[in-house]
Amino acid sequence: MGKAELPLHAPGTQVDRGYIGQSVPRPNAARLLQGRGTFTDDLRFPRLAHVAFFRSPYAHARIRKLDFSKAIKSPGVLAVFDGPTVAEYCTPWVGVLAHLKGIKSPPQHAIAIGRACWQGEAVAAVVADSRSQAEDAVQLIEAEWEELPVVVDMEDSLKNKTTIHPELGDNICFKREHDTGGVDEAFAGADVVVEETFHFGRHTGVCLEGRAILADYNAAEHTLTVYHATQAPHMMQDIFSRHLNIPEANVRVIAKDVGGSFGIKVHVYPDEMATAAISVILRRPVKFVADRLESFVSDIHAREHRVNIRIAVKKTGEILAFDLDDLTAIGPYSVYPRTSGIEGNQVVNLAGGPYKHQKYRAKMHVVFTNKNVSCQYRAVGHPIAVALTEGIVDLAAQKLGMDPAEFRRKNLIPDDAYPYTFPSGIKFEKLSHHQTLNKLLDVMGYEKLKKERDELRKSGIYRGIGLAAMIEVTNPSPAFYGVGGARISAQDGATLRFEPSGMLTLLCSVTEQGQGTEGIFAQIAASAVGVSLDKVRVITGDTGITPYGGGTWASRGAGIGGEAVLLAGRALRSNMLDIAAAILKVDKAELDVRKNSVVHLLTGETRIPLSELGRVAYFRPDTLPLDFQSELTVTRHYTPRQYGFTFTNGIQASLVEVDPDTGFVKLLKHWCVEDSGTVINPMLVDEQIRGGVVQGIGAALFEECLYGPDGQMLNGNMADYLVPMSGEMPDIVCAHVETPTQQSQLGAKGVGEAGTAGAPGAVMNAINDALLPLGARVTAMPFTPERILRALGKV
Amino acid sequence: MEHAVETTLTVNGTKVTRRIEPRQHLVDFLREELGLTGSHVGCEHGVCGACTVRVDGEIVRGCLMLAVQADGCKVETIEGLSDSQELSLLQKAFHEKNALQCGFCTPGMLMAAQDLVLSKRKVSREEIRMHISGNYCRCTGYQAIVDAIEEVIHGQG
Repeated sequence: MGKAELPLHAPGTQVDRGYIGQSVPRPNAARLLQGRGTFTDDLRFPRLAHVAFFRSPYAHARIRKLDFSKAIKSPGVLAVFDGPTVAEYCTPWVGVLAHLKGIKSPPQHAIAIGRACWQGEAVAAVVADSRSQAEDAVQLIEAEWEELPVVVDMEDSLKNKTTIHPELGDNICFKREHDTGGVDEAFAGADVVVEETFHFGRHTGVCLEGRAILADYNAAEHTLTVYHATQAPHMMQDIFSRHLNIPEANVRVIAKDVGGSFGIKVHVYPDEMATAAISVILRRPVKFVADRLESFVSDIHAREHRVNIRIAVKKTGEILAFDLDDLTAIGPYSVYPRTSGIEGNQVVNLAGGPYKHQKYRAKMHVVFTNKNVSCQYRAVGHPIAVALTEGIVDLAAQKLGMDPAEFRRKNLIPDDAYPYTFPSGIKFEKLSHHQTLNKLLDVMGYEKLKKERDELRKSGIYRGIGLAAMIEVTNPSPAFYGVGGARISAQDGATLRFEPSGMLTLLCSVTEQGQGTEGIFAQIAASAVGVSLDKVRVITGDTGITPYGGGTWASRGAGIGGEAVLLAGRALRSNMLDIAAAILKVDKAELDVRKNSVVHLLTGETRIPLSELGRVAYFRPDTLPLDFQSELTVTRHYTPRQYGFTFTNGIQASLVEVDPDTGFVKLLKHWCVEDSGTVINPMLVDEQIRGGVVQGIGAALFEECLYGPDGQMLNGNMADYLVPMSGEMPDIVCAHVETPTQQSQLGAKGVGEAGTAGAPGAVMNAINDALLPLGARVTAMPFTPERILRALGKV
Repeated sequence: MEHAVETTLTVNGTKVTRRIEPRQHLVDFLREELGLTGSHVGCEHGVCGACTVRVDGEIVRGCLMLAVQADGCKVETIEGLSDSQELSLLQKAFHEKNALQCGFCTPGMLMAAQDLVLSKRKVSREEIRMHISGNYCRCTGYQAIVDAIEEVIHGQG
């Protein structure tokens, strides 16, 4: 089914894509452009108290004594809490899931009890009339510490010389092995075997808006309203309910405007749980906003991996097998409730993903360390899996003397091979690797760029071209979390209400973090019902009013939430036609809804404006048949179930110039061809891909959470932790292949993480292509000037 | 507030007199005392640009200037420049090109962009990129922002 035939409307009505596929501006952007959005920190409440945390200065230390006597007397201070006091109101949690066999982690409290396990872990909370007063008092807390042995290096952790949590037996949080069998035989029979070790630097999300929570407990009703910068309001409702012992429906989580998330704001954070507990204890509204310095030591980190990978190849260029060993470190706790085992698990699932080899073996260990916790961050595991696959693939092509694009063409899974089961066990419904490759080479002018590169090398200018093919998990089914026992919804819902004036109010459980969720939902609803876009208002991010759902993560908003909106829109349109048929005393099949009117299906002649339909349905139902009741509010839900995930595919290319004297990398241009299924709004999709690419470039070139041997984070501020700014970023060309998923009517697959998944690999390959004539090679991200100069033997 | 200093400044055209603690930053004063929450706090150490406001015609980091230092100054924020329509061309271009996602950086980004627009120089894309290099955006790839600013700069008379 091509996109032009998408059945966006009720069966029997005219097919019209409406706003689907159009680059219309997002209606909700206007308030943000005038500074009139409402981020959590913008809210003003009477009797609002502010929390600041006293955080451990040590990576691993026993808390001998906490003395609050001075802090409590500080001006404006309302209360000071330690771990045991808060634990009376908030139960601890354990970040494990049943389907990650053997995963283990100790109980974690909102505020550390007895021991701090990373520098930055909250060990006391001060509540005051203002944040500055709370911070003043934090300085007056006196603590006695007993330093404990620190595990910083993940190889040391694996060796288990020091066990961070002795009760767990060792430092291994989770391990997995996957083996199709026949791998050793494939390597024995290969013409060429190449092997490499890749290192990935631990980095973090650096959302411009820090984590923010305002909890407001009403003792009279035993209700808790939490204004929260979160991606998953219903998940948090469940968490607050269970850990604070408040009935589920008494907890309301409201996510107003959220200033960027990228997976950072989908986890349970101890300081946020403590803030909610303190609101209960003090019976008043309490706010906590993570400032930048504490964000660096308390927002989740991600992607600290060391991977050895081997590939077996025939002389003809055919890949026979991949074999890898991944080691990743996650800090002292597996993060609740998604666990910190998923990232490594994804590396095992996805490595080698675009290719048609049949033999695959992977070994993976997730270990504890005394650094900040690490967990799912945008494109979870993909940047690792893509970079190591594409890095080793390039090395194999080089060894065989084959062009990297040709080598990929030879090995990519054929476009007519679907449905396809990959050796790791994951299933692909329908991908388009060859179409995306061809389109990329065409869009970027691959052959011409190669000639230019070769020409420039003669004059000492070192340019490189890097490719990175990828697959990306989107629209996860309950197989991702639900089957493991996590109370995280894989389904989402949409409620559409037809207003008397002919407008639509849409309530959806998927949240808006700036990606344009509300904009595309308005496009889908308007198209499905038959109204103009200006008639639709969208409300998201409020567990008190929207249907139940998972929220925003894993590139699921458009594919799952969008489908729920489409189904609701089709149902509402049908109900509207029932009313119109009753008013007009004609057969419903003769009618359609177009451009805010009920029209005659064939002639298009206006029969009733929707405002008239609304007037009759709501205010003069006495004029309708006695047995007729109009239903102008409908709710529909959607859960993807046929496949564990809806995979997308794509390929990126990077063009860089490396200065061999300084080690600086100049990004000249970047391309991304992505197949995310039905594209609902090309403008939003393209800029989201670009944003993802830039985030991936950050990982490749700039970003790393550096730790000293004592477990102290060395660069926890924005002056020392570098993020991509506009000056260093290239223009990024986006193009699309559209293979709608057949699992849904809408056909959208998801696009939020593709850019981040592929960019680091593409940039790495481009740098190594540039360095090739100089005999140098880099494999440890980020590729700082120092690392490049070291590879060149210059420092 | 025993050390508070009486300070008078003009904010978005309105004269304001308050007793201000000397340690309070300008952006905190605007947000906490005046309720002008359009200027955002992103890093509080002068790197991210989310708190960019205009003081006596120059863009400054609201987190690096103390509120008492603004005594006698004319301070303009996103709210004021929106109401005066001064930013309307940029806001329209940002909207049409989707040069924002979460919108947290946007007020600061617009202040920085308007600074360039007011210079009346027909700058290149590269110069635009450099000019906004003190304003961090994690969501977009910066490209739509550069496109929007370029359109306003090259579209003006």
